Amino acid sequence: MMARQNRLLSVSDLVVQHRRAGRRPVRAVAGVSLDLGAGEVLGLVGESGCGKSSLARAVCGLTAPTGGEILFDGRPMRPLGVRRRAPALTGVQMVFQDPYGSLNPRRRVSAQIADGIRAGAERGERGATKLTPGALLVRVGLPEDLADRYPQELSGGQRQRVAIARAVAARPRLLVGDEPISALDASAQAQVARMMRALAVESGAGLLFISHDLSVVRLIADRIAVMYLGRIVETGPTAEVWENPRHPYTRALLAAIPHPDGAGRLPVELPGDASDAAAPPSGCRFHPRCPLAFEGCDREEPQLAADGVACRLYSS
Amino acid sequence: MTEANHAERTRPQRAEDQRDILDIVGLTVALPGRTGTGTTVLHGVDLRLKPGGIHGLAGESGSGKTMTGLAVMGLLPPGARARGRVLLDGEDLLSLSAHELGAVRGRVVSMVFQDPSTCLHPMLTIGHQLTDHLRHHLKIGRKEARGRAADLLGRVRIPSPAEALSRYPHEFSGGMRQRVAIAAALACEPKVVIADEPTTGLDVTIQAGVLRLLRGLCDELGLAILLVTHDLGVMSAIADEVSVLKHGRVVESGPRARVLTAPRHGYTRSLLEALPGRTAT
Repeated sequence: MMARQNRLLSVSDLVVQHRRAGRRPVRAVAGVSLDLGAGEVLGLVGESGCGKSSLARAVCGLTAPTGGEILFDGRPMRPLGVRRRAPALTGVQMVFQDPYGSLNPRRRVSAQIADGIRAGAERGERGATKLTPGALLVRVGLPEDLADRYPQELSGGQRQRVAIARAVAARPRLLVGDEPISALDASAQAQVARMMRALAVESGAGLLFISHDLSVVRLIADRIAVMYLGRIVETGPTAEVWENPRHPYTRALLAAIPHPDGAGRLPVELPGDASDAAAPPSGCRFHPRCPLAFEGCDREEPQLAADGVACRLYSS
Repeated sequence: MTEANHAERTRPQRAEDQRDILDIVGLTVALPGRTGTGTTVLHGVDLRLKPGGIHGLAGESGSGKTMTGLAVMGLLPPGARARGRVLLDGEDLLSLSAHELGAVRGRVVSMVFQDPSTCLHPMLTIGHQLTDHLRHHLKIGRKEARGRAADLLGRVRIPSPAEALSRYPHEFSGGMRQRVAIAAALACEPKVVIADEPTTGLDVTIQAGVLRLLRGLCDELGLAILLVTHDLGVMSAIADEVSVLKHGRVVESGPRARVLTAPRHGYTRSLLEALPGRTAT
């Protein structure tokens, strides 16, 4: 948490609440702080419904935060409104989960990538005007002649690569991927994830990579943050979290990953479903499912400590 | 379910002595093409499945995994031409009429799809859907069907099954919906279940529960499962035998441990090497 103004992205005490007609609002993100430096890759993992996407959308300014602060380059991230966004903020680009929804079906691939190039040029990025859609397609591992096609002529994997090319075309300083690989074949997932890392790190951009798949995230992230029901429960350097997970939830996530080692080992089940974010459990949010919960876990809410774990097992 | 490693449990009576419940011999399927010549999507696929066993079918999208499953269900697309034999409990499905297939489908073989929200009707209660199914196939009364439906939900470990019957699909989480879909597939006590990517899209913690459930059903009920998945980790967790498909051909087939630790075909090796979860050992 040193010298916060030097960080590319700095999120502090972020709260994102979704209102629902006639029902209690859902607090999807309930007080999250995180930092990301230039050229750094942060992997954010957690089960569906834990608030990963809400966090990503707030970081990109697609949802207005209910509380807390998001600083991009030291300046507050303004939520997207009716008007065109300030050119400076096009330095944040997002790759969405579903390339069938994020690409315009009625425009050619080249036109959509050209949008990205234009956004980068308007921001005054050096070299942005030299980029061509064809060259960008090659960068993401596609043949140049795909530029004249329409999205419907492409496979899911190709579309996602086009979506990545479009985001990279704008020369982002921060790239946010919200489950960018979950719609791809297992054999393509690792490849596309590695490519996103290379594209971001090469250009000195930061990458916030969101996924429910820890086994892919650990390949590309410098640091991992594990989210449960709107809060970060553990964070640390990737190798440390992977080899020595400390929070019971992180341990459960790792134990549930099936390994293709041929041993016929059944993965360990984490019983129960994540609780409703509209009515989170008292105390530690994980305590109803926690195999190690003890006296007091249902009353005291642990905070993320300096060592990167929010669990009462580790508080003296 | 016990915590014991299922690989360590012995199941000799199933592995060796029993005859195959499903025996696919030289299955070749051609789909009508736009040009009229047709495209052959399966080339002489051989595959066997014993009662209580899980046979995993691996391969990338478009390799013919799903088509093989559909052939066993008698659900090949209209105009498809199939050659070879699909022997299900001794009966060749390819020689049956559409009407005869209807009696087999659901009763002897049933299917679990990838996305449970597409196979459950969103506007009917779980109980309605399960009992309809039971009453149609087993010709039993409403009350009896309801009792059996509750038993089924209990078997797939849905909490308070009797109440769950009057709830709608959207009231369940993704993992629970997949359990309901499995319950529906089990309704008429089939001998073979085709599970097409049954855990793709579920969180790993939830996936672990569904995998344990499927393995348990095989061990306890002697159910045989044809597991179609591109996830070799899932395959490694519960399959006994593994076949790898590429462009409609089985390029490698054998016991799970052998195929995943000492693959003989280059394609199997490349699939394994592309995986992130591959441990360095």
